[in-house]
Formats: sequence, C-alpha cells, structure tokens
Amino acid sequence: MNSRSLQTTITFLVIGGILVLAFGGAFGSASRSLTAALIDIQSWITSRFVGFQDFATAPRDIVTLRQRNAELEAQVSQLQAQLIELQQRVNETEILAALVDFSRSNPESTYKAASVIGRDPSPFLHYIIINRGSNDDIRRGMPVVTNQGLVGRVDAVIADAARVQLVTDPASSVNVYLQNADTTAVLYGSVTGDISLDLISQNVTVEAGDLILTSGLGGGYPADLIIGQVVTVRALEFELFQQTTVQPAVDFSRLEIVLVITNFRPVDIAPLEPVTPLNP
Amino acid sequence: MRNLVAFPLLALAVILQSSVVSQVRLLSGYADLLLVLLAAWSLQERVDSAWHWGAAACLMIGFVSNLPLGVIIIGYFGVLLLARVLQQRVWQAPLLAMFSVVFFGTLFFHILSFVVLSFLGTPFAFGEVMGLITLPSLLLNMLLSIPIYSSMRELSHWVYPLEGQV
Repeated sequence: MNSRSLQTTITFLVIGGILVLAFGGAFGSASRSLTAALIDIQSWITSRFVGFQDFATAPRDIVTLRQRNAELEAQVSQLQAQLIELQQRVNETEILAALVDFSRSNPESTYKAASVIGRDPSPFLHYIIINRGSNDDIRRGMPVVTNQGLVGRVDAVIADAARVQLVTDPASSVNVYLQNADTTAVLYGSVTGDISLDLISQNVTVEAGDLILTSGLGGGYPADLIIGQVVTVRALEFELFQQTTVQPAVDFSRLEIVLVITNFRPVDIAPLEPVTPLNP
Repeated sequence: MRNLVAFPLLALAVILQSSVVSQVRLLSGYADLLLVLLAAWSLQERVDSAWHWGAAACLMIGFVSNLPLGVIIIGYFGVLLLARVLQQRVWQAPLLAMFSVVFFGTLFFHILSFVVLSFLGTPFAFGEVMGLITLPSLLLNMLLSIPIYSSMRELSHWVYPLEGQV
C-alpha cells in the first residue's frame, strides 16, 4: 500500500468515525442538527420520489380504480335493492304478525288473508280490489277487517279477486254501537273518505273519544268489530238527531293486507222489512 | 293487425290506473289515465279505430270499477265523440284540441257520474264533488295530457304507417 492510499484510508476512517459519533449523538446539539437536516433532506427526496412514482404509474391505477369503482357501485345497487326487498318483507311480516295476533284473539271467526292489489278507478267510489276470490271461498257480503278494525265488506267476487266496499264509501252505511253512550247509530261514508255517525238520539250523551263498534243489527256485519272513535259531536236542538265525526281505527290510505271473515254469512232482512200498504 | 296493440296497452293502463294513478291523489281527486289516453288516441289524424279502442276500454274498466257500466260507456264514448269532432275542426292546433277534449271530457264524465250515482241513492254534495274531486282531477288530467299525447302520436305512426314508410 503506497502512502497515498494509506492517507485516503485514514481520512475515510476518521470521517466515518466522526459520522458514527455524530449520529450516535456524541456531539450534542451539533449532532442533532445534522441528523435533523439529513432526515429533512431524506423526507423531501422520498416525498418527491413517491409523487413521481404515482405520476408514472397513475394511468394504470386509474383504470384499475375505475373498474373497481364500477364493481363496487354495482354491488351497492344490488345491496340496496336487496335492502328494499328485505324492508318490504319485514313490513309484510309485521303486518301479518299483527293479523295473526288479531285472529288468535278472535278465535270465533275464521279468516283468510288477502293482499290489496288495486283501488276503484273512479274517484267517486271507495273500493279496493283484493287478490282472493271465489276459488278461496270468498263470497259476497263477507266482512273485511284488519287488526285495527273494520275495513268494509266484499261487494263483488270473481275467481281470483274480489272487490271490497270500504266503510268510507259514500254509499256505505253500517249499524254501529257506541260503547260508552250505550246506544246505536248509523255510520256513513262520504266522498272525501271521512266517516260520520248519524241517527243518534238527542237524549243520549255522546263524548269525544267514545269507542264505536259494529252493532250487528241488520245482519250485514258481525257485532263488536272496532270502527273508530268519536272526534266531535254536533247536537243542535232543532234537529231530530245528533251527528258526530269519527276518527277511523284503520288507515284506509295504507291498506296492504286485509283479513276476510269467511264464516260470516250476511242476512238479507229486506223481506222482513215492513211494506207500506198502498192506500185504496 | 297492429291495432291489436290496444288490448295490452289498455290492460296496462287499467292496471296502472287501479294500482298507481288512483293512489296519487290531489285532495280527493285523481287522474283518469284511460280518459286521457282515449282522447289522445282519437285526436290522432291517421287513427280510424278510436271507437274500437273505446269499446275495449269500457269493457276493461267496467270489469274493475263499481261505476255503473252505462256511465262508463256514455262517458268514454262522449269523450271520443268530442275528440273526433274537434279533430276535424281544430286539427291545426292538436294540443289545443287535446286540452279542450280533456277539460270538457273530464267535466262531462264527472257530472254524468255525479248525476247517475245521486239518482241511484248515493248522497253527494255538488259543491264538495266539484271542489274536492272534479277540479283536482281536471288539473291532473291536464298534466298528463302532453306526455300521453306525444306517446299516442308516436304509437299512431307505428300503427298507421304512411305508404312510403311501409
């Protein structure tokens, strides 16, 4: 080894030793400054390199990301559809559970569940169409209920569907019983879908909140089906009867599943009604 | 033969009317898809089968609705008659004719329904019917007029192609 190379080796060893001591913190603040400066430089270079690397590989990644994004979006759409379907099933299950509870608590009647599939096309009439008909032993005149109360009665039947007249129909009238007032009255529908009571004697005290049930009179409906509650009472002295407005127990705008009472046969009392003889 | 498209189209319209349109209420009224559709079809210049469409519509709607069949037949055929008369006279302004037919047709149909149902014993108050059913239904029918007229126009071009287009 010549003197030149020996000199170089010693110089490197000395500088290397100083650097090792500096990185080891042997020179105090001078050592920390050096380390910090080096770290800063390294950070700067690294960040620039990563930026350059991203830039250089970006086109390929965007394509991959777009594909992945499309896949995920399709998956989200599919899951959302599933969620809606499951939500509908949960709603149906809740309704059916309530209807089963109702049928268990009223074991004297037999029921057939039906889905509401349509409404009368005319705004003058309040009818619904259900997906059960004569093939399911549905007959004209059978009462239709939900777990909340009376809906109406079957008006027309074909093989696999039936039309139900709601109690809100303007042509509907139901004989009812006011539980608290212990009196009978007649419930009428209207073109707006509101229902009201009429033919209540002036001698009876009717109050808001009184429960209204079917009376069973006339043979059109079984007794004791809930219809609603009295909201307001109109009793004018110069009128023969009191009238009340009624809050129905059933939400007629959201009917989805109903129960048809299949063991009830309506009685036609028309032949028993007195006929006024013609004057000679 | 292309006229046979009336049956699936009208059946679809009756289903939509019963299941969807009748749920979209304004006060107590809702649109009459069949009425607007028949009016739009019979106002098309090339159409010569409006009466057949009317008969099919009456048959289908009579099957679903509790409205007396006579009201449906007189109501829809009255609308068709009005449309055919106007189509021959104001053919240069088809949209004006469409609005007129829908306006007067809806009024005619509702007044007819009101009179017949009242005669059959259903208690109605005229003011209530006009304010809560007829006027909202009129508005909804008018809103439906433009898209349905355009669709029927395209359909009439398909059902009745010009000789050069065959």
